[in-house]
Amino acid sequence: MSADALAAEIGPLPDPAGHFGRFGGRFVPEALVAALDELDAAHRTAMADEAFRAEFAALLRDYAGTPSLLYAAERFSARVGARVLLKREDLNHTGAHKVRNVLGQALLTRRMGKRRVIAETGAGQHGVATATAAALFDLDCVVYMGQVDTERQALNVARMRMLGATVVPVANGSRTLKDAMNEAMRDWVANVDDTHYLIGTAAGPHPFPALVRDFVRGIGDEARQQCLDLTGALPDAVTACVGGGSNALGIFHAFVGDPDVRLYGFEAGGDGVETGRHAASITGGSAGVLHGTRTYVLQDDDGQTCESHSISAGLDYPGVGPEHAWLHDSGRATYLPVTDDEAMAAFELLCRTEGIIPAIESAHALAGTLQVAPRLAAELGREPTIVVNLSGRGDKDVHTAGDYFGILDKEQ
Amino acid sequence: MSRIGVAFDKARADGRAVLVGCMPAGFPTVEGSIAAMTAMVSAGVDVIEVEIPYSDPVMDGPVIQRASDIALAGGVRTRDTLRVVEAVAATGAPVVTMTYWNPVERYGVDAFARDLASAGGTGLVTPDLIPEEAGEWLAASDAYGLDRTFLVSPSSTDARLAMTVGHCRGFVYATAIMGVTGARAQTSDAAPTLVSRVREVTDLPVGVGLGVGTGAQAGTVAGYADGVIVGSALIRCLLDAPDEASGLAALRALSAELAEGVRTPTR
Repeated sequence: MSADALAAEIGPLPDPAGHFGRFGGRFVPEALVAALDELDAAHRTAMADEAFRAEFAALLRDYAGTPSLLYAAERFSARVGARVLLKREDLNHTGAHKVRNVLGQALLTRRMGKRRVIAETGAGQHGVATATAAALFDLDCVVYMGQVDTERQALNVARMRMLGATVVPVANGSRTLKDAMNEAMRDWVANVDDTHYLIGTAAGPHPFPALVRDFVRGIGDEARQQCLDLTGALPDAVTACVGGGSNALGIFHAFVGDPDVRLYGFEAGGDGVETGRHAASITGGSAGVLHGTRTYVLQDDDGQTCESHSISAGLDYPGVGPEHAWLHDSGRATYLPVTDDEAMAAFELLCRTEGIIPAIESAHALAGTLQVAPRLAAELGREPTIVVNLSGRGDKDVHTAGDYFGILDKEQ
Repeated sequence: MSRIGVAFDKARADGRAVLVGCMPAGFPTVEGSIAAMTAMVSAGVDVIEVEIPYSDPVMDGPVIQRASDIALAGGVRTRDTLRVVEAVAATGAPVVTMTYWNPVERYGVDAFARDLASAGGTGLVTPDLIPEEAGEWLAASDAYGLDRTFLVSPSSTDARLAMTVGHCRGFVYATAIMGVTGARAQTSDAAPTLVSRVREVTDLPVGVGLGVGTGAQAGTVAGYADGVIVGSALIRCLLDAPDEASGLAALRALSAELAEGVRTPTR
């Protein structure tokens, strides 16, 4: 069944209870339901409120620096064998697409009269973005971050602290994003009256997947128009990396109704899906419940969550947003794994051909694009046009990449 | 009426509350957890709540997290937890199972209900399953005659409270405080209000959990609730002990203290 036919059958997504087909919903302690209902109502009235939308648009334009550029990367294109248009979300304030989501949720926090935000972060990008919005809106801010991640992303920890946030290293479980999310949920259960949980991706219990999508969908809305302006046509494909999947949903959403535009999400294949050391929840996982939603999850035979592995902290998560699970099942989007090595090769290629250092997360989108471009060209019988979401910049990854390439001078 | 209901009725007739003691299956080992739960029963715990260890227990504080991690690191499987239920049910005490939802979904909801019933379990407490998402479980629990305990919270609206309680069978679990599990110096002021709100919409017994760790606290909760649910404080007896024998001794002593507490309700 096509995505359109499926959508026509089951109505707009998500349904009022937050289901995307068999995915999504709410698997949460009862203590959180009132807060989720409050958030859902605030989100609905805010999106219908002209003044709210205008304030959000002004912040995105004047503060975050959007619309981000759509850049024709010619030297990179020559190596890909496709006309590659980079959606330069790396140029946004704070260096990634995440700023869109946090500004929207910070506005909602203020609208609900709450004074404190908490967040989980993997790479630190969402934590930095949340700390930024908290400073701008004068909100108290606590960021939970896995201890493994605080070590591999030390600069982002410092950034958050400079911005006035409290960073709490989480030493439980695998000490990465999943455990940071558990700890943020525990904080929220205890402090829900005055606290908003500013989830950083299009996952978690309803209404988060729909709400985050609404705040990041500008990426695709802009890119669609920019591509039409630049090329006179829609792209043949749109590609993005997928961890939780907010940047991918952000760019996909505007194109879901364009049946000729192929949508590709590239998951973190780590050492290779066949090794078991990866973070490819759709390719290598199965349907289950994690962090409040039903989606694809890396789990064992007993439903215990497996540890994920990726060179990219931002993709190192054993679940994925429920709308991606639905887009996969419906066949509207295609999800493929990209290994650490493939991502790092694409990382280096973009550095050398375009003078742009991408986030390692975004390098997965570049690597996947390199893989699908020849197939697409063969299928179309011409050079394809591919819009790639360059979701973030690589400044935060200099240490990891330097280590990987062996180009750091030894410390004295 | 379920065996849980009988236990609550009997306690009510005796003018006291039921003591529910919670322990993760497989902590510190499968056999060790059976020994611990059996010791709790012999020291006066009326109902045993067997928690299925889960990798991401978002409603639980540090003590249950640590115990669950130890159980999982020891390789406990869902089918082992059913063996624990069977062994503890053989003592004659009613055994209820508490579980996050994903292990049940992965096992198969119907298959899990079938196997839990045949192991002698009375039903499930489901901390991250709300009735709106519980369709399969409602059907399976009906099919196998199992109790359903959903949680109510101080933040639940009147409408949600009535809806949630309407789906419960056996007993209702009132989360006394807004927060995760773990013994606290003081139990909550919000709990009596929550319990009386539940009583307005049901005759089912109401158990209160989260925060109870001493006999005196148990007595306070017994003054307004039908059941006193204790987990972290009991688990800590084993976590803090230098060896198994002294852990079990501490567990028996605290169980007895709590059992005395629920027999001397403070009103």
